[in-house]
Amino acid sequence: MKFIDEYRDPKRALALLEEIRRKAVHEWTIMEICGGQTHSIMRNGIDQLLPPNVHLVHGPGCPVCVTPLETIERALVIASRPGVILTSFGDMLRVPGSSKDLFMARSEGADVRIVFSPLEALQIARDNPDREVVFLAVGFETTAPANAMAVRQAAREGIANFSELVSQVMVPPAMRAILSSPDNRVQGFLAAGHVCAIMGWEEYEPVAEEFGIPVVPAGFEPVDLLAGILKVVEMLESGTAGVENAYGRIVSREGNPEARRVMNEVFEVADRPWRGIGVIPQSGLVLREHYSAFDAEKRFDVGHISPCESPLCRSGEVLQGHLKPSECPAFGRECTPMTPLGATMVSSEGACAAYYKYHRNTTV
Amino acid sequence: MQLSCPAPILRHETVQMAHGAGGRLSQELTQRVFMPHLQNAFLDQLDDQAKFDTVPGRMAFSTDTYVVSPLFFPGGNIGELAVNGTVNDLAVGGAVPMYLSAGFVLEEGLPLAELEEIVRSMAESARKAGVMIVAGDTKVVQKGQCDKIFINTSGVGFVREGVDVSCRNLKPDDAVIVSGTIGDHGMAVMTTREGLSFQSRISSDTAALNGMIHAVLDVVPGVHAMRDPTRGGVAATLNELASSSSVGIELQESSIPVREEVRGAAELLGIDPLTVANEGKLLLIVPEAEAGRVLEVMHAHEYGREAALIGKVVDDHHGMVVMRTPFGSRRIVEMPLGEQLPRIC
Repeated sequence: MKFIDEYRDPKRALALLEEIRRKAVHEWTIMEICGGQTHSIMRNGIDQLLPPNVHLVHGPGCPVCVTPLETIERALVIASRPGVILTSFGDMLRVPGSSKDLFMARSEGADVRIVFSPLEALQIARDNPDREVVFLAVGFETTAPANAMAVRQAAREGIANFSELVSQVMVPPAMRAILSSPDNRVQGFLAAGHVCAIMGWEEYEPVAEEFGIPVVPAGFEPVDLLAGILKVVEMLESGTAGVENAYGRIVSREGNPEARRVMNEVFEVADRPWRGIGVIPQSGLVLREHYSAFDAEKRFDVGHISPCESPLCRSGEVLQGHLKPSECPAFGRECTPMTPLGATMVSSEGACAAYYKYHRNTTV
Repeated sequence: MQLSCPAPILRHETVQMAHGAGGRLSQELTQRVFMPHLQNAFLDQLDDQAKFDTVPGRMAFSTDTYVVSPLFFPGGNIGELAVNGTVNDLAVGGAVPMYLSAGFVLEEGLPLAELEEIVRSMAESARKAGVMIVAGDTKVVQKGQCDKIFINTSGVGFVREGVDVSCRNLKPDDAVIVSGTIGDHGMAVMTTREGLSFQSRISSDTAALNGMIHAVLDVVPGVHAMRDPTRGGVAATLNELASSSSVGIELQESSIPVREEVRGAAELLGIDPLTVANEGKLLLIVPEAEAGRVLEVMHAHEYGREAALIGKVVDDHHGMVVMRTPFGSRRIVEMPLGEQLPRIC
């Protein structure tokens, strides 16, 4: 498969590994931001192949994992209202609220549908003018442009029965939060390639400068990841701070200006709670006043929701790189994909799920 | 204006509740849709049961119900699946499939032309597989009470003498063989359902495997285990085998045949082809020394041309399937969790 096979080429991967082994003299801890990268690292066993002095810790870049429980509860309440069609990306359906998940809501009669794009949800709204169609708009900067586009389109066409339950978050504020934590162990970042495709890498330059660290936008295939790790290691060994791109075939410094324009037209920056981490200032996106008619939170008054998290779940520490999933006492015991205590065990991109899926047994 | 007394409408274009009521319309459905295709000496009796001679030895009996949506997909339809699926379930036990029954639950409003096409495919598949459909039943439910058509098929066959295949038979060092590319059926259905179009269409692999299975057993009767990896794909089937036999299975990622377009669709949907359903593929566990001969027979068969040795049974990590990556690392191949969920980004 073109554009895939060459980045899964064992020869190139092994050559990069050799180079990393040669260059890495000191002990380094690198965080990959994106859950998709975590998944690929675990699937391909890249962590097993790295020299023992290069450690990977896994970042908060899994939209399902950081969506607050309160949003899930709100979605469950809205979905159970008569006349509502709740639409969502598939991953969100299995995330448990306090008592059930959206799959269970569906089995109880709620109309919950999996879509691949918010524009599909908008089409459902066009096709069902007598129903309220709500899209659960979660994600990072990658999903924000399309989610913004759906709202803008709904406004243009006057599709009054469409709304979004928004839980959008952004990467740079999360990086700052992680680096500012007294327990921080991260010395360099692999930035998420898809986020950078939209946002470019310009916005990482101040972070890299302020904290004196290397930030390297990287892709998702083994060769992409290893090229990114090599670059971070080289920068760490030479004491270089700044942003260097290891995903040139997708990412440019400016990103995608058109996508950012739509995002900025529809959304504005606001404080946002992250599941397991807490409120990170100026880290989320909410609908602008002009589009507030499409805000499901305003359209559906569900009253006050205060869900409680499992006291055993330490996903917040996992998401900030303080703890590896397998170091959590509940991992593989009280907490498995069939009995998840936190979203990091539910989502296919969650670090705990990736550890469980590919390496739950330490002998493998 | 003169009104004449209207005669009841007897020729319908869609399934009516009366088609299942046992009266004239039921008879019409049988005569017009089912019998022209399925006619045989057993069904012609129009009795409530089929009576047939048996052979000495052990019999095998299996049943399965088919609810696939959409009914028609590239490479096949629900009728072909219903026949091939039960034929395969019998054959992977070392049985020669003989007779099938077919039970239909029809939703009011199903176009009769679609029903006829499905029945025609069933007849064709049965003929190709060398089995006879000897008993049948039809029920009609109101619109909304089922999804167009559900089909149950059950089948009987006789078990070949000297053959002992079982999921508990796996031994360390056994070879793990797959009969061809994996994930074709599930991806054909998923891409049709999601309206994804690719440069080349992905076709279901639905096929009756009894011919190939018995060709293998003719040469190597000592096959340890056989399974057709349907729902849950190769990942689910191998996990079941490893756990039933309390052994480990180790796969080589680079040896597993996956069609290019299936890989592409799986990438796009974020789904592992190992967990995707097949409807015309066979997994065989054979003694290491027999692997070459088994592959030779399979390569000569139309459904086994791309057969490949994909791994081996090991006396380690019991109950677990482990993949060796092309980079030299290893990972667990998990039992799939449930419904396949497309990823977010």
